[in-house]
Amino acid sequence: MHVPLMSDYFANGETPEVLFWVGCAGSFDQRAQKITKAFISILNKVQVKYAILGKEEACTGDPARRAGNEFLFQMMAYQNIQTLNNYNIQKIVTACPHCFNTLKNEYPVLGGTYEVIHHSVFLQQLIDEGKIKMKEEGSFKGKRITYHDSCYLGRANNIYEAPRKVLEALDAELVEMKRCKSKGLCCGAGGAQMFKEEEKGNIRVNLERTNEALEIQPEVIASACPFCNTMLTDGVKNREKEEQVQVLDIAELIAASML
Amino acid sequence: MQIVLQLIFTIIAIAGIGLFVRRLMGIRKNILLGRDANYTDQPSARRKNVLLLAFGQKKMFRNPLVAILHFFVYAGFIIINIEVLEIILDGILGTHRLFAPVLGAFYSFLINSFEILAVLVIFACATFLARRNIIKLKRFISKDLDGWPRSDANYILITEIVLMLLFLTMNSTDQVLQSKGYGHYAAHPTGPFLISGWIAPLFAGLSNGMLVAIERSCWWLHILGILAFMNYLPYSKHLHIILAFPNAYYARLQPLGIINNMPAIQNEVLYAMQPELAPAPDTNAAPARFGAKDVFDLTWRNLLDAYSCTECGRCSAACPANMTGKLLSPRKIMMDTRDRLEEVSRNIHANGTFVDDNKSLLHNYISVEELRACTTCNACVEECPVSISPLEIIMELRRCLIMEESNAPQEWNVMSSNIENNFAPWKFSPDDRDKWASEML
Repeated sequence: MHVPLMSDYFANGETPEVLFWVGCAGSFDQRAQKITKAFISILNKVQVKYAILGKEEACTGDPARRAGNEFLFQMMAYQNIQTLNNYNIQKIVTACPHCFNTLKNEYPVLGGTYEVIHHSVFLQQLIDEGKIKMKEEGSFKGKRITYHDSCYLGRANNIYEAPRKVLEALDAELVEMKRCKSKGLCCGAGGAQMFKEEEKGNIRVNLERTNEALEIQPEVIASACPFCNTMLTDGVKNREKEEQVQVLDIAELIAASML
Repeated sequence: MQIVLQLIFTIIAIAGIGLFVRRLMGIRKNILLGRDANYTDQPSARRKNVLLLAFGQKKMFRNPLVAILHFFVYAGFIIINIEVLEIILDGILGTHRLFAPVLGAFYSFLINSFEILAVLVIFACATFLARRNIIKLKRFISKDLDGWPRSDANYILITEIVLMLLFLTMNSTDQVLQSKGYGHYAAHPTGPFLISGWIAPLFAGLSNGMLVAIERSCWWLHILGILAFMNYLPYSKHLHIILAFPNAYYARLQPLGIINNMPAIQNEVLYAMQPELAPAPDTNAAPARFGAKDVFDLTWRNLLDAYSCTECGRCSAACPANMTGKLLSPRKIMMDTRDRLEEVSRNIHANGTFVDDNKSLLHNYISVEELRACTTCNACVEECPVSISPLEIIMELRRCLIMEESNAPQEWNVMSSNIENNFAPWKFSPDDRDKWASEML
């Protein structure tokens, strides 16, 4: 399967409908690469004309800015905005809520204004438009699934319903954790915590959240963020529940259940 | 005698209100020690926030039961204060129940409403006292509140109960005196009120002199209590009853995910990349500080937040770092900011201008370990009923740590150098960024 590059489109004088911003996790993290591949397979099936930046993509600067390193953030933003504007990018979809937030909310004031869509909203639109058709007997039909809200999707951008609507298409049994939506508990990765050891405490944040999820005995914990996915996967492994409970991205769930 | 009392009352009332206003002006001055920031765009959205968040207490209704109890106290406080207008006029003019003959039946309706509210206030405050001292909710027994802040909360609740009891007792004794046809009380017949009429029989056996003494004591204690309480407010967490309104008006309207831009650095990067755009260097410009080390480096908006905080702790209860035993508590961030600002204000007051005291908000009040624990999840911001952002202060202090003090954990230095050199926070070659694509079948 060929993954088209923006530079190829550009060389041919064409423009894709949408740029898929893969993000660092989706590009390099082995677990998150599976999410990227699942999302690509959906894009191919529904025949969306998309492209990726490939080697021209760079970190948005989200973790640098949140660690307090504004210089580095501004450097990354400058570089990315140059790339995006040179290609005259109009519409971006991404599977990472952190990239989504930075591209959508923090780049406009720096000269980079695009229509930025998180893949949860993108998938919901494809489902609503009937472009994604689900199998009669999907592998997750009737399964007990709980959705973990990503902070950067939920509180940061008020996207609570789209990922849930996407999950509804699976015809599964959706259950909510006690702390959900605007009260959702962080996975512990945000604010550049992903890249450092946690501070001293009684329990790790990802375990606190995993324990809460396991209390309602789901078969799948659904996420819409590669970092949440990593944190919860680690939590489930820590509780030695990886045989019973899967942690999957909404794109993976849809890719596995669509015709 | 009467004229002397009127004079004493007038002096006390003017002094009470005057002191209160003076202290508020002082607080305004302290808040304006912060950096300038623009929070006046979109006035209609801001007015709507005042209605929803301040008057409507929308965020409180995330827990409806507590919201209703809180609403009793809030409504009681605002509405019963209409009665204070009559009390103050009576005090100045030497009249008794000035509004009764003017308003007629409506007067009884008003006082009946106030009395019902008074009972609801007593009930709510008693429940709140129980939640703090008997049920001991986690956010109220937190070490954030050790010492003065915990007492402060109890004093407020007890004072409110006492003020309401004084009001009801005053009405009861007044009514007994009316029924006995005594003096000027009889000249202003109001008939029995809903609640005080019900407790009036308790006072029926007392002598006229005793009844007058009780009625007058309650009247004086009630109004003196209110004036004293008003002057206690600006030194207490209870200031939120006033500042919740401006704080809602100046609420942050952009999506919570945005971390404030730093135009100075934006330009510095721009000029490094495109030197032709750089203006001639201004040699007179004082070097700006990156991020915030002390309260002066925060915006006035952050400092208004600090004075608006009522230390309820909803932020810390929702904070993933706090609930997992880390040192960080968003409530403490706000309390520290206010404490430091008060310290700075005392310093300025004593010296005429701020004299360096070798202290700062960062390090002396808020430690590196606290700041390092934040996941920027915005749970604290989302929970705050009065539109405070502890996260904004945390971020500004983090910026100072990294950019002014080069104080970062080793892993963050590695992350930064990876982002800088490999364009990803991990140590992978940028050439492998799309390697996954070649692995797709």
